Amino acid sequence: MLFIIIFTLYFKELYNMEEKNYLHDIREIKSLMNRSSRFMSLSGLSGILAGVYALIGAGIAYFYFLPNEGDLLLLHSHQFKILVFILIGVFVLSLATAIGLTIRKTKKNNEKIWDPTTQKLLISFLIPFVVGAAYILIKLNSQHYGLTASLMLIFYGLALVNASKYTFGHVQYLGYVQIILGLICAIFPGYGLWFWAAGFGLGHMVYGTVMYCNEIRK
Amino acid sequence: MSVLSVNDYADFNRLKELLQVTDGNLASHLKVLEEAQYIGVTKTFVGRKPNSRYRVTPLGKSEFKKHIEALEKLIK
Repeated sequence: MLFIIIFTLYFKELYNMEEKNYLHDIREIKSLMNRSSRFMSLSGLSGILAGVYALIGAGIAYFYFLPNEGDLLLLHSHQFKILVFILIGVFVLSLATAIGLTIRKTKKNNEKIWDPTTQKLLISFLIPFVVGAAYILIKLNSQHYGLTASLMLIFYGLALVNASKYTFGHVQYLGYVQIILGLICAIFPGYGLWFWAAGFGLGHMVYGTVMYCNEIRK
Repeated sequence: MSVLSVNDYADFNRLKELLQVTDGNLASHLKVLEEAQYIGVTKTFVGRKPNSRYRVTPLGKSEFKKHIEALEKLIK
């Protein structure tokens, strides 16, 4: 009787140990798959900050530089150049913050900053992004700036969706939101700045906050 | 196999840094996989340095998939 009890206990322990081994194996396989194909160290904080910069930029544009109803926004006018300047400023600041925070996080995670995965990430993001930028510039050059905000949102969203397979955090959802905002924006010309603020401002802040909360939890 | 199933290919050194094993260890494991025809290798030169590039074969892919499915079944 005692023998049977001991045997059952031993068998259970053996079974549990084996279960743990299989679990360990699967976890390791999954981890290797992720580590080798996805960039793990994107920083959620950079998303929040990017959103803040965008909202500030949009605020400045709204209160100081937007022409009144009926005025024409001349391409080479003082106002337009300031708008573009704000835009570039927001973009550069966001990019610098993202790169800085991400580098800090990669060092913490002991990940390499520049490896095949980050290369793929960058290329997959840049293709739609650069195409969009080129198209927008071409359009601006011929005085067609009505759709600028919408185009920016759409191409940025596409770039995010494309890059999402090389990183974590469900970036593709942020991408989908930007695309949808961009399409709706195209339906309501004249409200470009609002949609721009919603997408690049609120969208980034919400997404960054969610990602940051997940990071803290881990 | 894990690495090769989600990437198009991987170089020897990339595998080494991901798996954290020695040259010899990795080389012998790779040889076994190659002989079983689960992976294929292309050897080229990058400048003057030899470079080996590994990819998974269709056979390797399906066998690995079966392996994962078996593991998953065992945990359930």
